[in-house]
Parts: sequence; C-alpha cells; structure tokens
Amino acid sequence: MNMLEIKNLHASINGKEILKGINLTVNPGKVHAIMGPNGSGKSTLGSVLVGNPAFEVTEGEVLFEGKDLLELSPEDRSREGLFLSFQYPVEIPGVSMVNFMRAALNEHRKYKGLEPVSATDFLKLMREKRAIVELDNKLASRSVNEGFSGGEKKRNEIFQMAMLEPKLAILDETDSGLDIDALRIVANGVNTLKSPENATIVITHYQRLLDYIKPDVVHVLYKGRIVKTAGPELALELEEKGYDWIKQEVDEA
Amino acid sequence: MQDSNTIINEVTAGDYKYGFVTDIDTETIRRGLDENTVRIISAKKNEPEWLLEYRLKAYRHWLTMEMPEWAHLSIPPIDYQDIIYYAAPKQKEGPKSLDEVDPELLKTFDKLGIPLEEQKHLTGMAVDAVMDSVSVKTTFKEVLAEKGVIFCSFSEAVQHHPDLVQEYLGTVVSYRDNFFAALNSAVFSDGSFVYIPKGIRCPMELSTYFRINAANTGQFERTLIVADDESYVSYLEGCTAPMRDENQLHAAIVEIVAKEQAEVKYSTVQNWYPGDKEGKGGIYNFVTKRGLCKGYGSKISWTQVETGSAITWKYPSCILAGDNSVGKFYSVAVTNNYQQADTGTKMIHIGKNTKSTIVSKGISAGHSQNSYRGLVKVSPRAENARNHSQCDSLLLSSTCGAHTFPYVDIQNDTAVVEHEATTSKISEEQLFYCNQRGISTEEAVGLIVNGYAREVMNKLPMEFAVEAQKLLTISLEGSVG
Repeated sequence: MNMLEIKNLHASINGKEILKGINLTVNPGKVHAIMGPNGSGKSTLGSVLVGNPAFEVTEGEVLFEGKDLLELSPEDRSREGLFLSFQYPVEIPGVSMVNFMRAALNEHRKYKGLEPVSATDFLKLMREKRAIVELDNKLASRSVNEGFSGGEKKRNEIFQMAMLEPKLAILDETDSGLDIDALRIVANGVNTLKSPENATIVITHYQRLLDYIKPDVVHVLYKGRIVKTAGPELALELEEKGYDWIKQEVDEA
Repeated sequence: MQDSNTIINEVTAGDYKYGFVTDIDTETIRRGLDENTVRIISAKKNEPEWLLEYRLKAYRHWLTMEMPEWAHLSIPPIDYQDIIYYAAPKQKEGPKSLDEVDPELLKTFDKLGIPLEEQKHLTGMAVDAVMDSVSVKTTFKEVLAEKGVIFCSFSEAVQHHPDLVQEYLGTVVSYRDNFFAALNSAVFSDGSFVYIPKGIRCPMELSTYFRINAANTGQFERTLIVADDESYVSYLEGCTAPMRDENQLHAAIVEIVAKEQAEVKYSTVQNWYPGDKEGKGGIYNFVTKRGLCKGYGSKISWTQVETGSAITWKYPSCILAGDNSVGKFYSVAVTNNYQQADTGTKMIHIGKNTKSTIVSKGISAGHSQNSYRGLVKVSPRAENARNHSQCDSLLLSSTCGAHTFPYVDIQNDTAVVEHEATTSKISEEQLFYCNQRGISTEEAVGLIVNGYAREVMNKLPMEFAVEAQKLLTISLEGSVG
C-alpha cells in the first residue's frame, strides 16, 4: 500500500479551477520535490491535502495509508500524521507556544488512545525538539508566531513538526524569506527528522533548498498538472535553464 | 467553502448547565410594589424602625425617578407591578446547624459545585449561600469570629450588628444614586455583610453564592463590606439561575469601604441565565457596585468575569478619596446569542497621588452587543493622579457588536491619563492553523479566548480562575457541558 496516492485531483477556489488533474504517489523514506513557476498550483496542492476550507475539491481521490483523506476533517488529517509547514505562518496573540503545542500534542495522543502528556515530560520534549532548530527558549514561551521574524516563524514550523512527528510533512516554500544561516538550520532540522518511516514533500520555486534537502524525486507542476517527473538532476536543470523550456513543451503539446 | 461564520456559530452555540429548578416549598408574597410591600419585607426580616424608614424613603424617591436610557441597551419595558419582591425557601427559622438545612437546598448548592458542609471544603473558603431572598447558610462563621471577622448574611447583620450596618449602609451608594439603586434600597432582600477589624488579614477567601430559584421573582441583594485600618480581605461572588422563558430582574447593590491602608479584592463570576439561543428569557442584571477608598493608601480592586444575563448594566467603581489610594478594575465580559452588556467602571480621583488601572476585555459572539463604558474623573485637588485604561474587544461573528464609550473628565493639570483600545477578530486562518496541528475549532476558540482574557483571569483567586476559565469556554462552545 502506498502512503499517499493522489488520483486525478481537481480543486478550485472561488469557482476558479487551480488543480486540473494531479496524479502523485508518495512512499515512506522518500523526499519529493514539487517545483514549478509561480501560480502553477504548488501551494494549492499542499493546502488541499491538509483540508484548507478555502479550497473546494471538485474531482478525484486522495488516499492516505488507504484511508479516504478527503473525507477527514483538517484536524483528523493532522492526527493521522499529515503536517503542513505553512508558507505564511499565522500569528495567534495571547496563546503561548507552550499551551498551543501541549493542546496539539494531547489531541494527537487522544486520537491514538494515549493519556495526556505529563507536564515534566512535555517540557523535556519541548527542550529536546527546540534544540533541533536552535529555537530560543524565549520564543517557545511567547505567543504563537507573534512578533517572530520571518526566519523564526519558519524555524517554529519545523519545531512543531519535530514535536508532532508526522508521517508525511509538506514544506510549503519553507525557504522563502530565509537568509542562508536560517536556511541551513531549517534544512538541518528537516534532515534530522527524516527516517525510513516518514516522507516529505518539499514545495519550492528554487533549487537552493534542494542543495540542503536532497530529493529522491522531482516533479514540475505547471497549470495545475504535473508535467514532468524525474530524478534530482531535474532540479539542477531547472536552476540552469529556468522554466521556459518546460512551459514551451507543454504549451506546444 | 465553509464560511467562517458557520464554523464559529457551531462553536459558540453553548448550553447553560445551571438551568435546573429546585423543587422546594417557597414562601412568596403577593406580586406588585407599593409602600405595603416594603413594610411586609421589612417585617418579614424583623427589622428595626430606622431601616424601615430608610426603605420607605428610598421607595418614595424611586417613585420620582425614571429608568435610565443612556446605556447602549435595548431594554423591553419592565412591569414593576408584575414582580414578586420576596421569595424564601421554606425552612425552619434560622437553621443553627447544617442538619437543620433542608437537604434539597444542600443538594442544590452541591450540584452548583458549592458544598456547604465545611469538612468538604478543602480550599479554605467561607461561603454564604443565598437563594432568592434569603441566606441559606454561612460556613466557617465561628473560625472567622475568632479573628473578629464578621461574615454573615445581611439580614443577620441587621439583627446582630445593627450599629455597624447603620453606620455604613448607603454611605457609598446612596438610595438617590440611580433608579435601580433606589429600587434596591426599598426592597433589598439578602446578601452578605463583611467586617474586617483593624490590622486583620482575613484568614480565608470569603464568598457569596447567589441563586435565583423561584419564578416571577426579582432578586435584590445587598452586600456591604467594611475593611478597617490595615486590614485585608478577598471576596468572591458567584451567581446562577434556572432557565425560564420569562425575564427576571436582578438589581443589586454592593458597597465597599476601605479605611487607611486597607485592601479589598472583590471578584465576581457572573453567570446568570443568559436566555436561549433566540434571546428568549434570561436575567436582567442591573447592578450598582461601588467602593470607597476612604483612608490613606487604601486599595480596592474589582475583577469580574461576566458571561451570563440577558442584559447587563453594571459599572463597579472606585471613589479614590484617600490620598495615595489605588483603584483597579479588571473585566472580561462575554456576550453570545442575543445577550447585551453595557459594562465598565468609574474611577473618581479625589485624593492626591491616587492611581487607577482599568483593563477591560470584551468578547462578543452571535448577535450580541457588548459595550465598555468607563469614566475617569480627576477632581481639582487630586494632584498627581494616574490612570491607565486598556479596552480590548474580540469579535467572534460578523453579526455582533462591540462598542467603547470612554469618558474622561480632568480638572487637574498634573494628571496623567492613558487610554488604549484594540479590536480584533478570530480569523479563519488562525482557526485553520490550529486545525492543521490537530486542534479542533472548538478547542482553538477556547485557547484563543482564554489567551485573550488571561491578563484578567490571572487576577482571580486560583480556585476561581480554573472555574472561570471553564465557564468562558462553555459560554462559547457547543459540545461542552
């Protein structure tokens, strides 16, 4: 059984179709990169998979470990092991990272039939996982993303990923707005969390991030469809030649 | 696409879990209000002549007054002749021990989470339980008496400490103060009386639990707290009522006097029945609460969590008469469905170097209207007065309203008065972000609301804070309770 199986997925926002028949299979231990020009539907794909209510699925099927993913609520998709590192993490004033994370972790545990985590164990876990992305203790006790710099927000996303240990993580333009040091820290975090049991989908416009997070497969998304799939060498080719040759190929076909 | 309103509507359609009615024999007097009603109430309570005179003066003054209309509230006409002004659960004359209290009454308070058996009380909190017009039982009276602290029902204080009552009654809130104050002064039934002697730090939290049970009755409680020089007391008040289709009137007066260097902390968790989802029924809560910082360096703080009542009209205030006195007001007011609240405070600076702090957090959902109304007044001789006001509004729907009416009246150039206000809304993005981490929308709203109200919740005594936090969540959530 495949971990994730997307078949002929169509989705739209405000009546405008963005995804026009996506087919994709992801298996444990693999890193998939999804690249493509701006507006091709990369972020939409990530949003639709985690159940963002702004998008409407009009056709197709998504199976996650054999379960009909589209039938599940966004929170259940998370509890099943799906994680999205947001391109623009939202600020939640007044809610401390500690309370937020504990609520999230305990929901995941409840779903698995486990008792809530004890305060000591939780703080220990926070400390441990924080270190992976070099996140300051001060940030962990502040309100969710409030007053965080762009880099801190992205590190905070990976920190949450470390806490929740998802089976499938989707990184949506995690490299955007990062300086080279932050990029290294974030990529390092992702690589540390990688295991033969989990998988990652890296959505990115640039090759840059893929220097740090090595993909097994690279897909190019254009006009709502995956138009090309190849090995890591495709990313390098795109870096060198841009997207125009692919656009041409598709538009002529 | 799911509209964020639908999500929040589902979440905010909470249920009221204190809506049960206790089946107990109740002694009521006839409906209606005239001089005779006032005389009957006074006679029932075996009051001295001076108190009857006070009531009658108040009643006659009330007749000359009209209901205030300045609040941002739409109040349906109230027929004051259709209300029963006295209702008492039938029990033996002044039960001496718990064994004599009707078990049905004990059960009621147990069910509300207020055990009246002292051995059940682990928290070290003394309770005065008031149902309808009378006090059912006051716990830990003897323990407190050893320290000289008087904590009893108002009616009992009239019998046993008439001099203290006569000295202070009406000195902070005159019966001429406003329409509802006059009404209360005429027909007040029961409430609590607290006296903390000089230099005493009250050894436990004092609390009064008010319960309306009988139908068609009004509740007019009266509370008087006197803190003598260098004393300290923390006082808590809780209230609930059964679910009924008709509206019921609650018009209370709370007076606090703090003498030199005394400190009084007054906390309220108000959870009167708010009416149903269509706005039918619920309590009209028209309350006058005021503290007088009489002595040098005295402090009074009001902390309130207001989740109940169909209509709330309430401005717990501080008169900072003593030099260097301090007044504080911390408030969380939640309105949902068709509730209306017009609440805030008045800080009247009279003494020199007086300080006041106002933190108001309004949370509105459904079709409710939530207003903050506050006055900061600095009189000509109040040198170096300081005030900081912060008024925040959180909106959970696009059909509710949040309003802020700050009034500032400064008559001394040395005053420093600051006012901050914010309005925010829980966004769909915030809810989705929580969802993506495995947190349900319902719990996310709870997290955000409690985070928003934390600054005020932190001011509540520990045991109360936990209850209040749950209450906030219940008032706004669907499946809990």
